[in-house]
Amino acid sequence: MSPSVLEVDGLHKAFGGVQAVKDVSFALSAGELLAMIGPNGAGKSTCFNMLNGQLVPDSGVVRLDGRDIVGLSPRAIWRLGVGRTFQITATFASLSVRENVQMALYSHAGQLGRMLARFGTAKKEEADSLLAQVGMLDQAERSCGVLAYGDLKRVELAMALANSPRLLLMDEPTAGMAPRERVALMELTARLARAQKIAILFTEHDMDVVFGQADHVIVLDRGRLIAGGRPEDVRNNADVRAVYLGSMH
Amino acid sequence: MLTRNRLLTAASALVALSFVAPAMAQEPIKLGEINSYKVFAAFLDPYKKGMELAVEETNAAGGVLGRKIEVVSRDDNGNPADAVRAAEELLSREKVAFLIGTFPSNVGLAVADFAKQKKTLFIAGEPLTDKIVWDQGNAYTFRLRPSTYMQTAMLVPEAAKLHKKRWAIVYPNYEYGQSATAAFKKLLKEKQPDVEFVAEQATPLGKIDAGAVVQALADAKPDAIFSSLFGPDLAKFVRAGSERGVFKNVAVFDLLGGEPEYLDPLKDEAPVGWYVTGYPWQDLKTPEHTKFFNAYKAKFHDYPRLGSIVGYSTVMSAVAAIKKAGSLDQDKLVAAMANLQVSTPFGPVTFRAIDHQSTMGAFVGRIGVQDGKGIMTDWRFIDGKDALPSDTDVKKMRPAN
Amino acid sequence: MTFPSFFIQLLNGLTDASSLFLVSAGLSLIFGVTRIVNFAHGSLYMLGLYVAYSLIQALGRSPFGFWTGVILAALVVGVVGVVIEVLVLRRIYRAPELFQLLATFAIVLVVKDAALYLWGSEDLVGPRAPGLAMAVDILGKRMPAYDLLLIAIGPVMLGLLWLLLQRTRWGALVRAATQDREMVGALGVDQAKLFTSVFFVGAMLAGLGGALQIPREPANLDLDLSVIADAFVVTVVGGLGSLPGALLAAILIGVAKAMCIGVGTVRLPGFEVDFSRLVLVVEFVIMGVVLVLRPYGLLGKPPAVARAAASVPPPLRSPRWQTALVWIALLLAAPLVSDDYFAALLIDIACFALFAVSLHFIMGPAGMISFGHAAYFGLGAYAGAVLLKRAGLPMEAAFLLAPFVAAAFALLYGWFCVRLSGVYLAMLTLAFAQITWSIVFQWDSLTSGSNGMIGIWPAAWLSGKTAYYYLAIVCCGLGIAFLWRVLFSPFGYTLRAGRDSPLRAEVIGINVRGFQWMAFVLAGAMAGVAGTVFAFSKGSISPSATSISQSTDGLVMVLLGGVETLTGPVVGAGLFTWLRDVLARETDYWRAVFGLIILAIVVLFPQGLVGGLKALFGRWQERNA
Repeated sequence: MSPSVLEVDGLHKAFGGVQAVKDVSFALSAGELLAMIGPNGAGKSTCFNMLNGQLVPDSGVVRLDGRDIVGLSPRAIWRLGVGRTFQITATFASLSVRENVQMALYSHAGQLGRMLARFGTAKKEEADSLLAQVGMLDQAERSCGVLAYGDLKRVELAMALANSPRLLLMDEPTAGMAPRERVALMELTARLARAQKIAILFTEHDMDVVFGQADHVIVLDRGRLIAGGRPEDVRNNADVRAVYLGSMH
Repeated sequence: MLTRNRLLTAASALVALSFVAPAMAQEPIKLGEINSYKVFAAFLDPYKKGMELAVEETNAAGGVLGRKIEVVSRDDNGNPADAVRAAEELLSREKVAFLIGTFPSNVGLAVADFAKQKKTLFIAGEPLTDKIVWDQGNAYTFRLRPSTYMQTAMLVPEAAKLHKKRWAIVYPNYEYGQSATAAFKKLLKEKQPDVEFVAEQATPLGKIDAGAVVQALADAKPDAIFSSLFGPDLAKFVRAGSERGVFKNVAVFDLLGGEPEYLDPLKDEAPVGWYVTGYPWQDLKTPEHTKFFNAYKAKFHDYPRLGSIVGYSTVMSAVAAIKKAGSLDQDKLVAAMANLQVSTPFGPVTFRAIDHQSTMGAFVGRIGVQDGKGIMTDWRFIDGKDALPSDTDVKKMRPAN
Repeated sequence: MTFPSFFIQLLNGLTDASSLFLVSAGLSLIFGVTRIVNFAHGSLYMLGLYVAYSLIQALGRSPFGFWTGVILAALVVGVVGVVIEVLVLRRIYRAPELFQLLATFAIVLVVKDAALYLWGSEDLVGPRAPGLAMAVDILGKRMPAYDLLLIAIGPVMLGLLWLLLQRTRWGALVRAATQDREMVGALGVDQAKLFTSVFFVGAMLAGLGGALQIPREPANLDLDLSVIADAFVVTVVGGLGSLPGALLAAILIGVAKAMCIGVGTVRLPGFEVDFSRLVLVVEFVIMGVVLVLRPYGLLGKPPAVARAAASVPPPLRSPRWQTALVWIALLLAAPLVSDDYFAALLIDIACFALFAVSLHFIMGPAGMISFGHAAYFGLGAYAGAVLLKRAGLPMEAAFLLAPFVAAAFALLYGWFCVRLSGVYLAMLTLAFAQITWSIVFQWDSLTSGSNGMIGIWPAAWLSGKTAYYYLAIVCCGLGIAFLWRVLFSPFGYTLRAGRDSPLRAEVIGINVRGFQWMAFVLAGAMAGVAGTVFAFSKGSISPSATSISQSTDGLVMVLLGGVETLTGPVVGAGLFTWLRDVLARETDYWRAVFGLIILAIVVLFPQGLVGGLKALFGRWQERNA
């Protein structure tokens, strides 16, 4: 097995008196798709936010390619090659779809500080090829402020890919999409992961997507990791069935 | 043939006449006037009326150089930069003969400097700053009103007479108040070397914290107080001080407190016994003043304030300068201003050649109350020429030009 | 200070605090619910004094007449607030943020002239409070009884307001709206009615604050602006939307002022400090310190996480080069066909255009509102003057170096400012601007103090009006072109990105604060260029160049033209400068006319003039397509 891109060891986070994340450990290697599932409030987003530096864990270690990244800012973690999409999308509403992706490309190239170059001309082809990958090229000129929710998810993915990432953190990447679109998008994601050796951690409510695409699945319940392994093992795990998959069909 | 020639001659004459005619019915001489009408409305409303009266009287007497005069006024919003733009407009659009007016010191100085740059005469009516004729004086600028220094100097002999040892001072925190305070301390110290200044309060203009200031002054246990407050600050100071009994057994001087603009709003609360400079319009019976007073009252159905005197006298000074120069040439006008004699409601004044300051004086007296209104009592007129420093001192202060 | 003096000064401070609190409470309520920066709040206070004066005059100076007059005056001012809300503000709630400030600015102008018309220019000294005109002995000193009553009124009003907010349905709605404005709309509450009632209460409090001052302060026409800054400072220092915070801040500021006065001149070996001279700036120093240490004021809470912005600013469009060429040609040809005055007016417009564009640069694309942009304009101007007159540099050198001084100060001030956001950021810029102003205003040996500096004329080869005109047009034109160019560069896009979504910007590796800081410096430098060009065109410079009113003028220019367009600030600057110049010449009541024109523009074009015209043009094109 290839060495892990991401290693998480003993992650803890409490808000006030509430333990949001308790002793979570897992690892993820290049080209692998890991799904994190669990009911609402299980601590998935908190976990994600600790991985990309938006929250600092109370204790525990997060290693990216063997380097401890706890305490680094989100922007430093981005520079180490981590891309992120959000449960509630965050894009630049007054910019067009292409310009959003160009922003990420400029940032990746370290060229944001240029004051006299024209923004629009450079990195146009690169942006368009990323948009083509996620199926948004035909909407490249539209303003992000007017896009449908599912389309915004795709833009976020394209922006994350612009970083040539080692690791992609995708919080509910297919929310707001039709079932067939979801599968298509995750198949695309999986292809990219394998081709470019990107490690992908994602959360998802659609179990067809989870069990169809993920290489491994981990299950979070009330902040605690209760199961992990290959999708079919998790599906058959008694604990998982008890606390979570009871509602599964 | 003959007829045709005659016709031609007549036609040419007509054409010639049509060119000459406008020259005979001459355009009025325009005076460019700039002031902060909206910002200092309480003073400048009467000021404007004074100017109107002067224009009316001048034109009724046939104008000057055979032409009528007209004042073209601009509001500078109390802002020097706006004043300079207005000055530019008056000179290049309105083609005014020269500039007059201005109220706050910073506007006065800015316009004075502009006049110097444009080599144009400027008669500053009201700005009180000493600098406009001394430290920062220039060849083209003249000032009518007695300055901060002069009015302070008029009060100092009264102060020295009282032999009060401990003085407290309160002043609005800007150029006028600072200069008044500096002049007062210097002049009183000269006359009464044992004087002690026990407290000093600089208050933001228009925003005095009257209770606290009055208390701080009282805590220093002064025998006398010198104030250069005016307007709303003065009214608040008077009320806070009398409520707290601070003025009991303390001699109080207020530099401008006798000017109707600032005295009248106090009504029956006018602080009796304060030493002030001002304008006792009720009791001033000199022929010049009576004539002015009656004309003003007849035209506006109101009594004149000090602003009316300044507005009136500023225009009259401008008219006298044109008359004496006999032309609108700037050099001749400036030359005419030196030692120019002008008759004002306060009597004759002279614009001094040495520093371009007029010798207009002021009335020094004490505040009294009559029929529920503040008045000046025991007043006397002090000629401006007696309140100025020696020529040697003036020369030292004024840059050579 | 002895203990009795200290105690009396404490009481003096508390008296002022009470009045400050009343005005600020109203402002805080209105802002909390409607998010309107009500610049006209000081005008409502001023009206309170004038109306109370007239009412007491009519009702007689008995205790009945006095208190009826005070209460009626508060109600009358409340009704004026309602009229303002219904006639003007209700029409523009959907306009871009801060646009309402433009409307309230216009209302200030109209109210001021209306007061001048109705009550005349003379200060009106009101009656003393009947039955309370005597003084009370405290520790051997005398304290007016009425002042003691005022000290009590502040906390009592806080208590009443607290009951109103905690115990009534109306109060619950106000609290909900203050927390989350959209939620109230979602709850199915009639928002218009709520806003109107809040305006009534807020205006009434301002009116009451004014009316209660009748025995202590003459009614005069300068009260509006002198009160508004204080009220904003108290509101922000206390924490927006927090009434106990407002009282605490009012006490802090009131007492600090009284103590500065009480301490007076302190002589130390070698030098003396006159604390009374600090009074004009102490509240801004306090605000600066509080905001640096506590970014949401003393008792304020960080705003709830902002939802997706209610209105997304439209993308910027760069001007067409053909249009730009026409303008450049016209401007270059102007001196051939005009006189000196026209050139002077165009120079002023050019300076203000660059000033407004630099303000727009941080306000629009970078999303940082500044209430203190005049600091950099004034610093540029003063730096030019000081380098020329005090350092004896040649004019050309002073002219070139001055903007760097402005930039250096922007670097310093900006470092603190970019750590805040929204109105707090705006108020911190104001604090720095006022501190700068007070130093310029009082440092006689360097800046000539309140008189300002004169003799700042260009070198001989530039002194002709035409020569200087070209210099001004070129400098300001290049400055504007530079800032516009930057807006379409990666740097400019990064600013917009940081404004649109700080979260997204951060996770794609953007140091948002760093970019905002650099934007602040660029804008400061360009405002400095505008100030330098301005100073040398006038030959003089005075502290008003760094004043609040200069900052406000800049804001008004930007909003008038349209904050969401690129050319708006230029059009706004031109219109503002030209209109004021023309109106001041044509009519005595020019402020009222100016205000009414702005109100008309506000109501007709809620996106600003350029934005509105563009929308009109777009509709016209659609219809003809």
